Amino acid sequence: MTFSSNLLIAFPQLILAVSALLLLVVGAFAPKQTTLVAGGGVLALALAAFAAAIQPLGVAFGGALVNDAGAVFAEVAIYAASAVGIVLGKPWFERRGVRNFEFPVLVLLAALGMGMMAASGDLISLYVGVELQSLALYVLAAMHRDDAKASEAGLKYFVLGALSSGLLLYGASLIYGFAGSTVFTDIAVAAGGHANTGLLFGLVFLICGLAFKVSAAPFHMWTPDVYEGAPTPIVAFFAAAPKLAAMVLFARVLANGFAGASDQWQQILVVIALISVAVGAFAGLVQKNLKRLWAYSSIANIGYALLGLASGTSEGVQAMLMFMVLYMVDVTGFFACLAALSRQGRAMETIDDMAGLIKEQPGIALAMTAFALSALGLPPFSGFWAKIYVFKAALDAGLWAPAVIGLVGSVVAAFYYLKLIKVMWFDGSAGATDKPPMEARAIGLAAALFAFPIVMLALKFLDPLAATAAHAFGLA
Amino acid sequence: MPILSLITFAPLVGVAAILGLRLTGGPDNARSVERSKWIALITTLVTLALSVLLVVRFNPNDWGFQFVEETPWFAGIAYRMGVDGISVLFVLLTAFLMPICIAASWKSIETRVHEYMIAFLLLETLVVGVFCALDLVLFYTFFEFGLVPMFLIIGIWGGARRVYAAFKFFLYTLLGSVLMLAAILYMIGTAHTSSIPELMAYHFSPAVQTWLWLAFFASFAVKMPMWPVHTWLPDAHVEAPTAGSVILAGILLKMGGYGFLRFSLPMFPNASEMFTPLVFAMSAIAVIYTSLVAFRQTDIKKLIAYSSVAHMGLVTMGIFSGNVQGEQGAIYQMLSHGVISGALFLCVGVIYDRMHTRDITAYGGLVNRMPWYAAVFMLFSMGNVGLPGTSGFVGEILSVVGVYKASTWTAILATSGVILSAVYMLSLYRRVVMGELTNPKLAAITDLELREVLIFTPLIVATLYLGIQPNSVFSLTSSSVDHLVSVYQAATAGAL
Repeated sequence: MTFSSNLLIAFPQLILAVSALLLLVVGAFAPKQTTLVAGGGVLALALAAFAAAIQPLGVAFGGALVNDAGAVFAEVAIYAASAVGIVLGKPWFERRGVRNFEFPVLVLLAALGMGMMAASGDLISLYVGVELQSLALYVLAAMHRDDAKASEAGLKYFVLGALSSGLLLYGASLIYGFAGSTVFTDIAVAAGGHANTGLLFGLVFLICGLAFKVSAAPFHMWTPDVYEGAPTPIVAFFAAAPKLAAMVLFARVLANGFAGASDQWQQILVVIALISVAVGAFAGLVQKNLKRLWAYSSIANIGYALLGLASGTSEGVQAMLMFMVLYMVDVTGFFACLAALSRQGRAMETIDDMAGLIKEQPGIALAMTAFALSALGLPPFSGFWAKIYVFKAALDAGLWAPAVIGLVGSVVAAFYYLKLIKVMWFDGSAGATDKPPMEARAIGLAAALFAFPIVMLALKFLDPLAATAAHAFGLA
Repeated sequence: MPILSLITFAPLVGVAAILGLRLTGGPDNARSVERSKWIALITTLVTLALSVLLVVRFNPNDWGFQFVEETPWFAGIAYRMGVDGISVLFVLLTAFLMPICIAASWKSIETRVHEYMIAFLLLETLVVGVFCALDLVLFYTFFEFGLVPMFLIIGIWGGARRVYAAFKFFLYTLLGSVLMLAAILYMIGTAHTSSIPELMAYHFSPAVQTWLWLAFFASFAVKMPMWPVHTWLPDAHVEAPTAGSVILAGILLKMGGYGFLRFSLPMFPNASEMFTPLVFAMSAIAVIYTSLVAFRQTDIKKLIAYSSVAHMGLVTMGIFSGNVQGEQGAIYQMLSHGVISGALFLCVGVIYDRMHTRDITAYGGLVNRMPWYAAVFMLFSMGNVGLPGTSGFVGEILSVVGVYKASTWTAILATSGVILSAVYMLSLYRRVVMGELTNPKLAAITDLELREVLIFTPLIVATLYLGIQPNSVFSLTSSSVDHLVSVYQAATAGAL
């Protein structure tokens, strides 16, 4: 394989890397041109998504980069979500007097890291991808420098993220030591049908590190604080795309590196998944701040995605991919709605702030109702179809007890989603709201329309795509 | 012509129109409010006309599914619709009660009228969809989404404890439903189809049937509701607005019985037979215990709600008796109860609209001021008791005959429920309608107005017609019921 054909396979990632650097230069010489930089960022992401869709599939750089159907599926979704992140975030920051041209550049770098995670084929590219993504996100979380809460969130995110990166690196080095290679396919040969203790140790550390990144319990502690503190559009961004990237990476490690030892990692995943569902459901019950509440909701949802992955089958990976993509739209839309809402200049973030919202902002209230019902898993909203995939995969793999526990957990969580709907619909209005900014409102409404009814059509097309993508992971 | 899809989605046209009115005219525009009521009424009447057409064109000699529509969707799930003799009359019942509900809410709903009408029309789509769906996932979608409009109806337009009642209703039902969802997914994974007719022909091993039956039971028993999971119903009924109670008692409860007939019996016959004693016991307790509870109520609506639970106990008994009389009786009882309990809640609504209390002791002697109302209330009370000549009689006698063939003791207990229903209904009637006018506030109460007469007329006609001409129903249901029973008996006989 020649160097140029390697580059061709890595083309989407290269587009992002080059444009991030170019835009940095543009910004350095013309710091006032924030719109130009942001537009360039969106364009670069669109190009990267397009390139990912049409590039030749294959393995590049000696197995470090695997651009297969699975990577393509994830990359397109990640780049699209990142572009939405720029559109949502830039005007939000500018309205608050933060005119940083670095914002789109950082989103691009995070997207590049996520693109590498989705396509990573060995431990080195895994770590580089995760770190690139994480470092960009730490800065983004603390971007609103004058806000003490945002700075605190960024610092918390950084410290705990660094800890998880340490776990990740430690696990990677153990695996390298016992397998003698960093490439997943070689590790799979070394692990065989039953991973030895050293490899298993390494794998457990790796899983812990990744569980931090997807905010699965019991590694979820940073999530509520960071969601609450970070600027809302940034939360909309990092609650969506990075979770998908990390879940795909999860699948890569387990399916490509430890496919034979699936009964060993299956137990770990089931436990993490169920703890996440339980923590998300029960801890969410007492939350008053909506951003914290949705953090717990995301913990529960990651539990469901992990349950799909725990099935250890191609169907399970497909379920995870479908779940994450449908969930991404929901969560982005929800935080976009939150970003759109304010009352006399003060952001509306608690459940009580939403009282009587249906009278003040019927469109946004309807959208948030759709997201709440979707997160609750009520048909015909997208969250229901996502859960159908996951639970069917789990049941087909014989995990009926975890599936039933997961379903019952969703009833517990239903209480807080209903509480949000109750406050919006039943209670009297708490006063007039400000006119919502156009872009946040549009993104929120579009995402709600996707949650229902567009999803009914989208499923028809997403289903075979996700099946092909899942097939690329090579599980039975 | 895809008549089932037309009936199912016709109300959505009304939803779109009212939504347009709401967005252009604002929430409090009097003309827009008035128009939204008319749109809702006309939409439901058109749906009713379509349902009548459906019943007329229904071929009673065919036991299978008719008017079948099928469009593939994703992952093997398809949009499949169809009706047979068991479901077709429930479609008609739904379409019949909906215009009545809209008319009954004409004056009593004063706030957020647009949203109210939208909720009812949406609910009609979903309920009709439940009875027409021939795909498990589609069925679950309609079944489950129906919770949302009902949650809003109770929560927004309900009484003082409406929030509590709405949450209880939603969470109770949801918990039952998710277990059913697990069973549905398992069935699709095992049988590799989500088509209900194909699953009826698929044989699950008896051990698997047991679990699947229990999961479906969890959902339908709550919906029905059976003792001891009935406690959400009195709360929901008491807090719901009148029309909400009508729909809840008249149609939503029937989805549980329909579920037993559509899923439990044909798909899990061995498990159904095995659990028959459990169902009989729970039903017998429901019939006697909830009848006694009903007798002690001081709230009229609560009394009728408990009476619903007792009547549904008879239905579940009939369904699980596994013979033709039992099934026919259960279906008949459900249709009849749909009409009569709906009418009774409307009767309560009439005096509640005037006096704003549901306390039995606040009334008495209404016959002096409201003779017409007394007559109407009398008819439906007698129907609820099961007086011969009313629809209630046919259903009760057939169910009890069916149960008698299956278990003599259960039938005896069930019959005592019939007596108890006379006890609480007559006592209610005496305390509310008979005697002297003692409460001075009642002195100015007025008799039925024209709108109310128009609402009650179709219900009176239906009650008497069903009571005198039961064959008009049996001729539609018999071939499907005969087939269901013969398949059920063949499956259970083979297992012994």
